[in-house]
Amino acid sequence: MTTAAAADQPVLQVRDLSVVFPARRGHPAVKAVDRVSFDIAPGQTLGLVGESGSGKTTTGRAILQLQSASAGSVKLLGQELTTMPRAALRRMRRHMQFVLQNPYSSLHPRMTVARILTEPLQVHQSVAAAQMPDRIAQLMELVGLEPDMVQRYPHEFSGGQRQRIVIARALAVHPDFVVCDEPVSALDVRTQAQIVDLLGTLQDKLGLSYLFIAHDLALVRQVAHRVAVMYGGQLVELGDAAQVYDTPAHPYTRSLLDAVPIPDPARQRAKLAAAPPEPEFDQYRNPSGPCVFGEDHGHTGSSTWHVVCPGHSVSCRFWPPGVPC
Amino acid sequence: MATSDKPLLQVQRLSAQFTRDGVVSQVVKGISFDIAAGEAVGFVGESGCGKSVTARAMMRLAPEGSSVELGGEVRFDGQDLLQLREADMCNIRGQRIAMVFQDPMTSLNPVLSVGAQIDDIVSRHTGMSRAQARRRTVELLGLVGIRDAARRADDFPHQFSGGMRQRVLIAIAVSCQPELLIADEPTTALDVTVQAQILRLLLRLRQELGMALMLITHDFGVIAGMVERVYVMLDGQIVESGAVDDIFARPQHDYTRALLDAVPRLESAGRTRS
Repeated sequence: MTTAAAADQPVLQVRDLSVVFPARRGHPAVKAVDRVSFDIAPGQTLGLVGESGSGKTTTGRAILQLQSASAGSVKLLGQELTTMPRAALRRMRRHMQFVLQNPYSSLHPRMTVARILTEPLQVHQSVAAAQMPDRIAQLMELVGLEPDMVQRYPHEFSGGQRQRIVIARALAVHPDFVVCDEPVSALDVRTQAQIVDLLGTLQDKLGLSYLFIAHDLALVRQVAHRVAVMYGGQLVELGDAAQVYDTPAHPYTRSLLDAVPIPDPARQRAKLAAAPPEPEFDQYRNPSGPCVFGEDHGHTGSSTWHVVCPGHSVSCRFWPPGVPC
Repeated sequence: MATSDKPLLQVQRLSAQFTRDGVVSQVVKGISFDIAAGEAVGFVGESGCGKSVTARAMMRLAPEGSSVELGGEVRFDGQDLLQLREADMCNIRGQRIAMVFQDPMTSLNPVLSVGAQIDDIVSRHTGMSRAQARRRTVELLGLVGIRDAARRADDFPHQFSGGMRQRVLIAIAVSCQPELLIADEPTTALDVTVQAQILRLLLRLRQELGMALMLITHDFGVIAGMVERVYVMLDGQIVESGAVDDIFARPQHDYTRALLDAVPRLESAGRTRS
């Protein structure tokens, strides 16, 4: 991968991150994440897309050290997380937060919003007790909720409002980096648009970096500066959003984009009527002989990652034979 | 059989009122619509708008632990389904009107092979012998695009992927050659590539079997290529209806417009600054 201009250090630097779930009861070991590398620059969003089971969520969890990595490096603000002692890691958590898919299960049903928002502030001792109510009111306003709602319980809020509370909780400790794992997929389309807007506004205001994990490619296009496409635990393509969406290089990316329904009857009918290309990518994980770019990696041991143009790279793995590059 | 001048399904002032723990809620508020034989019609709306309840009310399937009061008329091929005896309704359900739901995981029995579940349904509805039913099962699995169907029939639901399970459920639904297939968010739980395959399958089956389709979804992208007409639902009522091309090109109701505007589009970039 090319390194960005040396000027600004990435907030997050992931190198060859791997997660292996060990063999169990006759099932072989599973490489859920396989040598994944990427950077996220300050104030930017990396969209991570792929099908269910491709390893997106495990990647997010391994970055946050909620899942131990089998190999590789995760550096947040220049500090290595994978080898960090527990106490130091605990302090480091202030800088990295997450927003998960289901706002119904990620809020404690018997805690008021005030308590939900107070907890992280107490854990990280970031606000004096006297200032707590002010900070909580400020957080509520930040995510577009009325500050006088803080004495209510989660069930008194709609799905979209709950996700706002989850976001407020994540932002309470002034993080630099937030993993958003399918943050809007449980919401209705109009609510989705509002939450996506909110995440964008907060990014601009607070300079946050996001890893935005989602299966909805159209949605990711709206939010991401850069996009990584994942398949079978590996990244197969990485580039600026416009590069990946407008000139997809990997056949898997192309098939993924091709499958997205278009909200336009004439075009969508034509799309469904066209013969569906359904190549099987999984069997081409480690092909022998020269790859589609003419390099025999088994022989040379060189990286299977190829630069398409500056900032846009593609893997030659999972590439069905006969598909041109 | 319905003739072309009379709709296959004619719903008039359908209402559904639930009572749960003493609280009464009117979920479907007197809606009217029709579906012609062989026609594909979409129902779009957000969660809670009553689109799924409408389908269930038509089929007289009430959610557990609630008491439902239905009103209005559901004329199917001339008879009012709401007035039928339960035994007669059983002959309609599955046989003449079939349903496919969102979640292919919970709709199959996990401890029976897929083939056994289809055999059972086929022999119940047709009176076929076991051997005949199995032949029909294999044929159905082939019809929905499951390769090596004879061998796969002995596999259990957990041995199928989500998309394959949805194919199995579609096979079950079309096993009796229904005149109407109700598909309630049939692709919502599936990956986008699998979704495209299932949508193509539904289109092909509609053509081959000549059945009408009632497609319920929140996704305008899904509805766009699948149906001829659309009903937009909000708060238990139909707020707009029309030909699919008109609804997309010239939405009349503010709500329809708001829904369409909120759909993220693949070709429009959001944050291009670097």
